[in-house]
Amino acid sequence: MSHLTTMPELEPGQDRTMILNMGPQHPSTHGVLRVILEIDGENVVRIMPDIGYLHTGIEKTCEAKFYQQVVPLTDRIDYLCPLTNNLCYVLAVEKLLGLEIPPKAQWMRVLLNELTRINSHLVWLGTHAMDIGALTVFLYCFREREDILRLFEAVSGQRMMTSYFRIGGLALEPPLGFFEQTRKFADRFPGKVDEYENLLTGNPIWMMRTKGVAKITAEDAIALGASGPTLRGSGVDFDLRRDIPYSGYENFKFKVPVSREGDVFARYMCRVQELRESIAIVQQALDGMPEGPIKADAPKIVLPDREKMKTQMEALIYHFKIITEGFAVPEGEVYQAVESPRGEMGYYVVSDGTPKPYRVHMRAACLANMQTLPKMCEGRLLADVIAAIGSIDIVLGEIDR
Amino acid sequence: MPLTPAVTDLQQLKTHPAIAKLLAWNSAAVEGAKFDRDETTIYIERSWLREACVLLRDDPGCPFNFLSDVTCVDWFPSEPRFEVVYQLLSIPKKERVRLKVRLEGTAPAIDTVTSVWPAANYFEREVFDLFGIRFTGHPYLRRLLMPEDWEGYPLRKDYPVEGYR
Repeated sequence: MSHLTTMPELEPGQDRTMILNMGPQHPSTHGVLRVILEIDGENVVRIMPDIGYLHTGIEKTCEAKFYQQVVPLTDRIDYLCPLTNNLCYVLAVEKLLGLEIPPKAQWMRVLLNELTRINSHLVWLGTHAMDIGALTVFLYCFREREDILRLFEAVSGQRMMTSYFRIGGLALEPPLGFFEQTRKFADRFPGKVDEYENLLTGNPIWMMRTKGVAKITAEDAIALGASGPTLRGSGVDFDLRRDIPYSGYENFKFKVPVSREGDVFARYMCRVQELRESIAIVQQALDGMPEGPIKADAPKIVLPDREKMKTQMEALIYHFKIITEGFAVPEGEVYQAVESPRGEMGYYVVSDGTPKPYRVHMRAACLANMQTLPKMCEGRLLADVIAAIGSIDIVLGEIDR
Repeated sequence: MPLTPAVTDLQQLKTHPAIAKLLAWNSAAVEGAKFDRDETTIYIERSWLREACVLLRDDPGCPFNFLSDVTCVDWFPSEPRFEVVYQLLSIPKKERVRLKVRLEGTAPAIDTVTSVWPAANYFEREVFDLFGIRFTGHPYLRRLLMPEDWEGYPLRKDYPVEGYR
């Protein structure tokens, strides 16, 4: 436990300052983030995040698994948007394989990804508002989140660790009544976003706590590798879904919300607008959902249906071979990035031609976003650190992997 | 959709803007290039890495102003053992390119690019932590994820999955 006692190189510079340790168990650090602060009275002089408390060596574990066995591990990286991680990984492997995915599977992936984004933003909004002192919003957000988790449970059997996307398509056909339930939710949800905005957007206390707080310029945000709403809150108009589309996003029309100010309020506005845009994408996906298969026609890679497996010899053989030996992936390397609720989520997968990935590396959006924290907080009040940490929407599972 | 074979001939790829830019600047800095699955990889000679990065970042035609990722691949037991991989993104042009530097297995070290993109700070610390590659000139090269007193570098291929007992 020596890493608990070693204090990173923050020594009091002058007699006026003191070192304050925040976390790793602190309600406003959203997990196990430890922050070491040098403070002068109430003012932050220096700030240093200390991470790694949740490191589980997922990248190492991936190297010992078959390609299809890695999918459940990707859920556990960012537990607030498992489907985004599933998607990024399967897209990377499909690119390595050169596999074409049927349209229905692609549209289902987009639909579920946007629901995941809403789910993740709701957790962020609730906890962020609670950190700053607006407790009510939390209860409202979790009410709608519950609806989304029910949809996930209906479609995959799991509320959080879904593992619903598979290499070559989807795990299962969406159940009867799923689209009707989703449409009901999508019709109801914009009214709920109005409710949250009524509680926060024009609220004088909320504005005093967030406007002009934890500012970061566009140049600094780009240089420090920030992405997602943290980047767009500083006025950089860049969204991977629109600019480097994947999984059929080019078929959808949506706006990319951008705010210029670069403060906590700007990032808040970006994410709240994204809630509305995401639900618009869900509506489009429901309207245009194509008919057809949900799995690619690749019997050596995609598991056969249960029914076929029990009636056809060949399907049984393929099933047995995929489960016991996996499938070989041609040599090569791929970097696939998707727009996760937190920014650029990237998977770098290297294949050496065997059924196990030679290397899987995850580019965690939060890890890069967290590098902006010193820029945001230094020279400001201690209470603003809480607002800043909340506004970059960190998930420690993704940072530490 | 059958896979097209990778193009690994530098002569065929020299029209790619980033490769052309690098070749015009210093042909000794480019060891090779690869175009595979719509992704471009450029192998950079290690001593020229930092200058090549500055050149690509400041290129007015297609500025690679965003460093997406830095990671490493261990090709143990072959030599050169390590490949340090840089994923570059141009936000204005929406282009990606991948830089690679090969490093030998004994005492691998390479120049840091934190002065080019400050984003490299955590990424390089992570690579140092898990692969043991030294980034010379890094402002704060300490373990990032593992405990300070951890022995060995877990993501190396000669490190067992279940760890040393």
